[in-house]
Amino acid sequence: MGLEHRAKWRINIYAWLLLLPSLIFLVLFTFYPVLQTVILSFYQADLGSPEPFFNGGDNYRIMLEDDVFWKVLTNNLWFALGTVPTSIALGLAMALFANKALRGKGFVRTAYFYPTVVPMIAVANIWLFIYTPEYGALSHVMEWFGHGGMNWLGDRTNVMFAMIFMVIWKEAGYFMIFYLAGLQNISKELYESASMDGAKPWTVFRRVTFPLLMPTTMFVLIIAFTNSFKLVDHLVIMTKGGPDNASNLLLYYIYETAFSFWDQGMASALTVVMVVILLLVAAIQFFGLDKKIHYN
Amino acid sequence: MRTVVKGLFSVLMSMALITGCSSGNAPATGSQAGAGAGSEAAAGSGAGKASGEKTELTFFYPVAVGGPLTKIVDGMAEEFNKANPDIAVKPVYTGSYQDTTTKIQAAVQGKTPPDVAVMLSTELYTMLDMDAILPLDDFIAKDGGSEYVNDFYPGFMANSQVDGKTYSIPFQRSTIVLYYNKEAFKEVGLDPEKPPQNWDELVEYATKLKKDGRWGVEIPTSGFPYWMFQSFALQNGKNLMTEDGKKVFFDTPENVEALQLWVDLAKKHQVMPEGVIEWATVPSDFLEGKTAMMYHTTGNLTNVKNNAKFDFGVAFLPAKKTFGSPTGGGNFYMFKGIDEKKQEAAWKFIRFMTEPERAAQWSIDTGYVATRKSAYETESMKEYVKTFPVAAVARDQLAYGHAELSTHNNGKVTKALNDSLQAVITGQAEPAAALKKAQEEADKILAPFNK
Repeated sequence: MGLEHRAKWRINIYAWLLLLPSLIFLVLFTFYPVLQTVILSFYQADLGSPEPFFNGGDNYRIMLEDDVFWKVLTNNLWFALGTVPTSIALGLAMALFANKALRGKGFVRTAYFYPTVVPMIAVANIWLFIYTPEYGALSHVMEWFGHGGMNWLGDRTNVMFAMIFMVIWKEAGYFMIFYLAGLQNISKELYESASMDGAKPWTVFRRVTFPLLMPTTMFVLIIAFTNSFKLVDHLVIMTKGGPDNASNLLLYYIYETAFSFWDQGMASALTVVMVVILLLVAAIQFFGLDKKIHYN
Repeated sequence: MRTVVKGLFSVLMSMALITGCSSGNAPATGSQAGAGAGSEAAAGSGAGKASGEKTELTFFYPVAVGGPLTKIVDGMAEEFNKANPDIAVKPVYTGSYQDTTTKIQAAVQGKTPPDVAVMLSTELYTMLDMDAILPLDDFIAKDGGSEYVNDFYPGFMANSQVDGKTYSIPFQRSTIVLYYNKEAFKEVGLDPEKPPQNWDELVEYATKLKKDGRWGVEIPTSGFPYWMFQSFALQNGKNLMTEDGKKVFFDTPENVEALQLWVDLAKKHQVMPEGVIEWATVPSDFLEGKTAMMYHTTGNLTNVKNNAKFDFGVAFLPAKKTFGSPTGGGNFYMFKGIDEKKQEAAWKFIRFMTEPERAAQWSIDTGYVATRKSAYETESMKEYVKTFPVAAVARDQLAYGHAELSTHNNGKVTKALNDSLQAVITGQAEPAAALKKAQEEADKILAPFNK
């Protein structure tokens, strides 16, 4: 037991004490509920069984045979593919523009950021009427092209595009804020030397700006992807997952299973799937993409 | 974005916490005559300490239609508290019907149920399966009797009763009616006093009324299309389920015929928009003159009355074999696990809230159908019907009113039907095949209850 060892031990204790408050909350409100959910997912706990009982992997087996489960999972994948890259690209473009704009910088930023501030429920109500056939705002525009009567939310193929478009509109401004912050961190000297070398704007973006924004992109990517699984408020207002599950997403299906079917066991099993997916995504992005990032 | 997952977790958490806290004081469940002496003694000693103490009741209620309804309900509760100084009802507004059920479910699992609540009439089997509600027959026998119960319209009462027991009392109830634009009728040479009487006339009139920028008819099919569909099933002779809520009849030839009519209205006759029609925008379409007729709830009557810039009529839904419409809306329920004194007080409150005068006023204020025959005998209601005769149409149609679709495992069963209906409406499936699929799914879901 050397002195050195004791000092190390004291530093450790100190660190633990600092971490303790947030750790308590994490355990209480994240780890413990996750554990409970995992346990409950192995129980039959629905309206047909007065007392929940252990049923092994039955919930998971039934889930794999459930068409709606596969439908919401593929829907969610398309939803993520549709929203994540576009909203990130748009967020970056908006950030570059808002950063450049000399006059009305504040106005441009506020205007771009505005959709993010509006609560999702309000957004859903606004877009519900934008998408209304006949006299909705979109219908008026489409009338010029002779397609005024398009039923955006009542059609199986249209509804997903309608949702994706709305979410991109809502999310892009949020990602812009991160990119704006990222842009502030890039040293001006780099741009000066680039212009000395006579680099074209596109080359500057490709060789300087974009690589140095990689940490931001990485962060935004995770946020965007998890959001595509977490954002379901609009379904409650706009479609209830319809028509025939065409706009249904995993989280809304969990909600339906828990609070409309009262099947707590199945809802827990679905939740476990969701948690695993999100953890996987985070893991891939942290351990895979992390290596390709330049931190300056 | 507060996510539902977080909600789910926190609900689980709070359940765990609440169960932990309350497991010590097991609530005195409806102890019957056997334990009479003991409980009376206990009550006596309690009363000694608490003379003048009030019986407090927690009352959960949802609001499902527009307007300042929370004020009206809170006002009614206040009136009750004034009239009954020994009871204090605390009304708690609990959001939509869905939110209310969710909150009650969490409270029941945490063993701290509300004392009395308004919930969808169709929650009956769900609440029974959770073992959460009390039968009201003893209270009815003591106070009110069959005279009280029989005063309610049978179409409303049907969702309250199972196995000869009554579990809920109708409060805010609605039904589906046909709204039509009288000016559009005149414009195309139809008699504005003669709305379509049957399915053939519905197609015929809608075809006449259809023109560029105006549909003949709209039947909303988003969210809960089963309700609208049920009216067609009833008109074609049979309700969708048995009275005990253990069996459904989705794939009958009559229902296939009804669903084919929906498809034809949109595809063949092209008098109704294709695809799913949004529930919330149908009344706006009607008010904007974008549709000449609409199927919608009576709950929208006041809205249409206040906002229509044209003369409109309200009529029975067109018949096939018979007229018919399901009822809808919320009932009073009383919860297990509350002591006898509270039960007595809760019953008093239910009685008070459903008195004819109050049922009449509630109907006038909201557009809901008054739940009792005697409500239409009151002066205020007579006066209202005189100045606004369409208010009586929904009541008269109640002669053909039936229970709303309600079964064990109700959420899953209705979703099976909703999905199939929407699959047909969006052109993904044929009526017969889709209804067969819904039937098979429902049979599977209901199997545990038919053992």
